[in-house]
Amino acid sequence: MTRQMTGAKMVVQALKDQGVDVVFGYPGGAVLPIYDEIFQQNDIRHILVRHEQGAVHAAEGYARSTGRPGVVLVTSGPGATNAVTGLTDALMDSIPIVVLTGQVPTFMIGSDAFQEADTVGITRPCTKHNWLVKETDRLSGTIHEAFHVATSGRPGPVLVDIPKDVQFANGAYVGPTQARTSHYQPQVKGDMDEITELVAAIETAKRPVFYTGGGVINSGTAASQLLRELVDATGIPITSTLMGLGAYPASGKHWIGMLGMHGLYEANMAMHDCDLMINIGARFDDRITGRLDAFSPGSKKAHIDIDPSSINKVIKTDIPIVGDVAHVLEDLLKVWKSRGRKTNAEGLQKWWTGIEEWKKVDCLAFKQTGKAIKPQHALARLEALTKDHDRYICTEVGQHQMWAAQYLNFNDPNRWMTSGGLGTMGYGFPASIGVQMAHPGSLVINVAGEASWLMNMQEMGTAVQFRLPVKQFILNNERLGMVRQWQELLHGERYSHSWSEALPDFVKLAEAFGAKGILCKDPADLDDAIMEMINHDGPVIMDCLVEKHENCFPMIPSGEPHNKMLLGEASTKDAIGSKGAVMV
Amino acid sequence: MSALKIKKGSNKHSAYNLRPNFSDVIERHTLAVIVENEPGVLARVIGLFSGRGYNIDSLTVAEIDHEGHRSRITIVTTGTPQVIEQIKTQLGRIVPVYEVHDLTVEGRSVERELALLKVEGDGEKRVEALRLADIFRANVVDSTLGSFVFEITGTPDKIDAFADLMRPLGLSEIARTGVAALPRG
Repeated sequence: MTRQMTGAKMVVQALKDQGVDVVFGYPGGAVLPIYDEIFQQNDIRHILVRHEQGAVHAAEGYARSTGRPGVVLVTSGPGATNAVTGLTDALMDSIPIVVLTGQVPTFMIGSDAFQEADTVGITRPCTKHNWLVKETDRLSGTIHEAFHVATSGRPGPVLVDIPKDVQFANGAYVGPTQARTSHYQPQVKGDMDEITELVAAIETAKRPVFYTGGGVINSGTAASQLLRELVDATGIPITSTLMGLGAYPASGKHWIGMLGMHGLYEANMAMHDCDLMINIGARFDDRITGRLDAFSPGSKKAHIDIDPSSINKVIKTDIPIVGDVAHVLEDLLKVWKSRGRKTNAEGLQKWWTGIEEWKKVDCLAFKQTGKAIKPQHALARLEALTKDHDRYICTEVGQHQMWAAQYLNFNDPNRWMTSGGLGTMGYGFPASIGVQMAHPGSLVINVAGEASWLMNMQEMGTAVQFRLPVKQFILNNERLGMVRQWQELLHGERYSHSWSEALPDFVKLAEAFGAKGILCKDPADLDDAIMEMINHDGPVIMDCLVEKHENCFPMIPSGEPHNKMLLGEASTKDAIGSKGAVMV
Repeated sequence: MSALKIKKGSNKHSAYNLRPNFSDVIERHTLAVIVENEPGVLARVIGLFSGRGYNIDSLTVAEIDHEGHRSRITIVTTGTPQVIEQIKTQLGRIVPVYEVHDLTVEGRSVERELALLKVEGDGEKRVEALRLADIFRANVVDSTLGSFVFEITGTPDKIDAFADLMRPLGLSEIARTGVAALPRG
């Protein structure tokens, strides 16, 4: 049975039928009919952001922390173009979000109308798929299809562009079950022959390592459970990318830390020296591989990924398995158990002995001396004082992000929201708003640098208006820390435009928005300040002044392989050659 | 890659040498892509090639099933084997793409292209052009006292050869459709 209703009503009905409870958005001329419908109902909460980019990042935070798609509603033209950074961010990190944009009426498309932009054209390369709906009869079906595409296979952002006349006109509504089923049905089961080959490789490998990524998180909590079972049953060491933190607990026995450019010494050394690398839901990103021709030279490589194009993209794979992580791990465990739960115990023991030696390097060691707070110390204290809380962490992008990944421990999936692929400064604050919306009673902290944070600081208005007690933990070094670090290492210490001479007083800024501000500059006050931040029932900006010239280590310099890590200041001289300098 | 002026496949200039383990040999492949005939689908395919720096030697597209809303895009592309594999998997990722066939590896296939060539001239050159057209089984589809328009169908090589012969005989304009291809029976 179909029901007749206006396009605008259809949008709200379709969102309800998809189980949506929160929409992040900003009204404008081309979406007024939909906003009128939102006004007349109470099932869906609308969170008014202060900039459309904030809406998309908030939806990303919502999606990452719940596993459900985040929803955004913005107007045509500038509303849509402001969403582009968030869409690209979600595409790079495979985050399911559904963005609905208003469009000028169909009869005005192409006339350079007020607030007209070729939204589907602009967003084609930064969405998984997008649609321009020209008939009201097709609107509800398209929205259901959009949810299907966003959440199936490798998740990603989708966009539905809805002209204003389509919102006003009447049409037939179809529910999710009646909507045209899409041909888009990515393969989720892995090939059993390949899985068996991987099991055989696991049984004999002397120096195996699991290298896991965001694909495990995206696959759902079952995937993380299966991963834990597999790792603990086989006793194989596990490292993870930035995106995959929390899939295997940091407190787990076989955890050897994050890998990559600022990863742990033991993790990168294990990657370099292993004889079997089992990539689960990661994509051999350039932050991970470093120099390709010296990447883990002696290993056989298995790669489990739901996206066939990830396989053999940069690294040649010996055992490619296309499928969903949870499905593949389930089969893998079954086969491994049925073949007698074998591993190369002797080899593994030697391997672990070697890894323990690497761990002794203690690559994250630092000394809190002097009057300035070391950023590492600030994060170590944040970890100590918040680890027992029901805690979600977001970050911006830069040094603080890497330190957060190094010094905070994640024991569960969906607890860590950070912009990995695109590296979007300004991501963390709006993301924390999305997370807090999804988890009203939890402690949500955005670890930020002052420069990143300022990029979307307008969202303080959102946090205050909706009484979202998000904690903005700003490590303020008055520098673009990571840029400054690279200028020091690569550009002869010429610090071109990597500092700000006109930073706001963050305490006053917080107060101006009606929130709480805390300034902390003395290591002795740090614990009290953190406690004050987490105990305050409302949004807080904590301005933590830290050592201005601290560099982030360990670091694999550009152009070097994993076993050539820089561990501290002494090792940085001439570490990056001219060849390495051309790379980002 | 091109911004850094690094030769494809080279491993001398940068640590970001993208394909160290793969063959350097550039291959030519003909791909048949069956897509949903919806607005923007061609832009998605072309955007993929331009966005990721792949080559398009020729591209043809037309609806092949009106009822089922299917179009067939035939793309001739060149690249190393690894790039060709990437192109295929990236095409397969596009939501309205139903099938991707690599006709170059999926057994034998036939390829045809149609071209129209305008040849202007008189006297002996005009007679010679007509004689060669006959040998190539090209048809005259338009003629004036000073020109012919030939229609020729064949493989891209055959059309190249015919065009090369026509050039000294007064070839003034050429229009080519690009390759259409089907697997053999």
